[in-house]
Amino acid sequence: MRFVDEYRDADRARALAAAIARLCDPGREYKFMEVCGGHTHTIYKHGLADHLPENVTLVHGPGCPVCVIPMGRVDDAIHIAERDDVIMTSFGDMMRVPGGRGSFFDSKAHGADIRMVYSPLDALKIARQNPDKKVVFLAIGFETTAPSTAMTMLRAKAEGLGNFSVFCNHVTIIPAIKAILDSPDLRLDGFIGPGHVSTVIGCRPYEFIAREYGKPLVVAGFEPLDILRSIHLLLTQLAEGRSEVENQYGRVVPWEGNPRALRVIAETMEPRPYFEWRGLGFISHSALRVRDAYAGFDAERIFDIPGGRVADPKACQCGEVLKGVLKPWECKVFGTACTPETPIGTCMVSSEGACAAYYNFGRFTRDRVREATRD
Amino acid sequence: MTERSAEWAEAAVREHAHLGAADREEQVLERIERARRGRTRLREDAITLAHGSGGKATHTLIEAVFLDAFRNPLLEPLDDGARFGVDGASLVFTTDSYVVSPLFFPGGDIGDLAVNGTVNDLAVSGAEPLHLSAGFILEEGFAVADLRRVVASMRAAAETAGVRIVTGDTKVVQRGKADGCYISTAGIGVVRRPLGGEVRPGDAVLVSGPIGEHGVTIMLARGELDIESDLASDTAPLNGLVTALLDACGDGVRRMRDATRGGVATVLNEVAGDAGVAVVVDEDAIPVRPDVRGACELLGIDPLYVACEGRMVAIVSGDSAGDALAALRSHPLGEGAAIVGRIKADPPGLVLLRTAFGGTRIVDLLVGDPLPRIC
Repeated sequence: MRFVDEYRDADRARALAAAIARLCDPGREYKFMEVCGGHTHTIYKHGLADHLPENVTLVHGPGCPVCVIPMGRVDDAIHIAERDDVIMTSFGDMMRVPGGRGSFFDSKAHGADIRMVYSPLDALKIARQNPDKKVVFLAIGFETTAPSTAMTMLRAKAEGLGNFSVFCNHVTIIPAIKAILDSPDLRLDGFIGPGHVSTVIGCRPYEFIAREYGKPLVVAGFEPLDILRSIHLLLTQLAEGRSEVENQYGRVVPWEGNPRALRVIAETMEPRPYFEWRGLGFISHSALRVRDAYAGFDAERIFDIPGGRVADPKACQCGEVLKGVLKPWECKVFGTACTPETPIGTCMVSSEGACAAYYNFGRFTRDRVREATRD
Repeated sequence: MTERSAEWAEAAVREHAHLGAADREEQVLERIERARRGRTRLREDAITLAHGSGGKATHTLIEAVFLDAFRNPLLEPLDDGARFGVDGASLVFTTDSYVVSPLFFPGGDIGDLAVNGTVNDLAVSGAEPLHLSAGFILEEGFAVADLRRVVASMRAAAETAGVRIVTGDTKVVQRGKADGCYISTAGIGVVRRPLGGEVRPGDAVLVSGPIGEHGVTIMLARGELDIESDLASDTAPLNGLVTALLDACGDGVRRMRDATRGGVATVLNEVAGDAGVAVVVDEDAIPVRPDVRGACELLGIDPLYVACEGRMVAIVSGDSAGDALAALRSHPLGEGAAIVGRIKADPPGLVLLRTAFGGTRIVDLLVGDPLPRIC
């Protein structure tokens, strides 16, 4: 397939892998966090870790938007969805995410009208087709998806649609990275920066990471060669004693981001004083809410929602796993109370989360897999 | 802000409190193994769409509800059909229901799907399909012209496959209680030559043609995605192809499965699980049409999990692999056949994919399916 296969070439991967191995100091452990869930997916899908030396570990970060939604917000969304006059719309990945009282799948099975959409504009279409219903779009995601939510609100306003609203759960990436950096037991050597988010916010907002925390960050694309190349760039910085922000994904990410997208976000949304992240707890100014000028499209103001917090069980140690301090199996509830069938914490919610992956495949050591796949 | 706890999560923590924290990794892995071997529990109190996806939730439902109630030696293997002897004849009996939406799609409709699906379940069980039954659940208001169209394709499909529809049933439900037309078919076939025993290390894995065409066609036919393509469903009766394969390889053929719901990945997992072997496949070797690959890439899904309705996976002994490939390719439905992998001894129960990128990935059963009603 054109435009894609050139970034998946096995020969180039092997050449890069050799270059990476040469850069590594064998006496040192390297831990890099890929912030974005999209990168985790690529790493997993293409078996990228097989190209890395044993002493280079990738730590999956907080960048899976459905996994970081706290249980209380899922309960609030279900509370709205269960009203007879409401059609709730959401991306498909949200359906399984458990709240304090079950998931969208469970609620739908009990009669709530919950529909999967591929874009918020599809939700707008449903609103036009169902004038007697209130159509709510459950907005999730980082700065990547926030512009499309913003554009949808602008369009709803232009059309004078009175039965459409947004239950806004957009989060912002910088405060989450900062929260991880501020943790006293941090053990990361650098970051693979989120490519999609950066198409919107650009590279400048990461500069404090290199400057103040002395950690290199490379904004990376989503094809496997992009990620290998980014790891090579990170290791080069470490070898040369530099800590800078570099942009590996220049073919898509402008250094200054996308000012127009940032403008529509700022027009319709503003930072919340604080927001809870599943696994990381409350982080100030880490999420967006709908501005007063768009109050008519804000589900939080239209509907009476409980708004309570559902506490993660105290035994859950997702925060430590996310920061790379604990291995999944070291968590107190891993594999007993917390399993892929009943995921308590964010690392178990997504099948690509660190804990879910370890639960399913931890028993298959690299040596066993290597032996099985040998010619 | 009020704060409460997630009752289910706290209960799970309490339930496992006696186990205490593990201090060794092996201890955790042993616990997981024990839990996997234990009795399957259905946790939901209502059926969700995930229970119909063909993935993990479907397996849990079948084992915890149906197998638990009906348990008998014929059902227990959970194969495509039940195998039993009557007066010296070896028979296979199977049933399947069809709720595809839309009813008509490029390359076929619910009618030929209902005939081909049941014919294929018999054929891959090694049986020659004989007779079919057809049950119709029709919604009040369903156009008779549409029903005639569906029935005409059933007749044509039955003629092609050389079977007759010899008994049937009709029910009509109120408008809104069904989606136009559902069909349930059952079939009976006779085994004239037995398959060649258990799948074992050294065996070869073949697929009979490019995968994923049916599933992608249905997704595009729903019109929700605004993608245009000239893809058509691969729905076809496989009994002719199976005969060609058995003629060429005799008892070199160990096992066949048609790759319907859950796709090739699900079939391979069943093979690995049932025989206690590892299945190792090469991504490069798996035939996928470029437009299927492109659509999957856009939708973020993996063609390995996408349904086919006229493709099968065959496991044959290592030394008959060449003959099997030639036999499949000599048949019009097997022109695109390929050897995609082989069976290894360790790790048992695991499907491993050698990615085109030069890495390795574990191919697991699907946890949730965002794509309902494809067959």
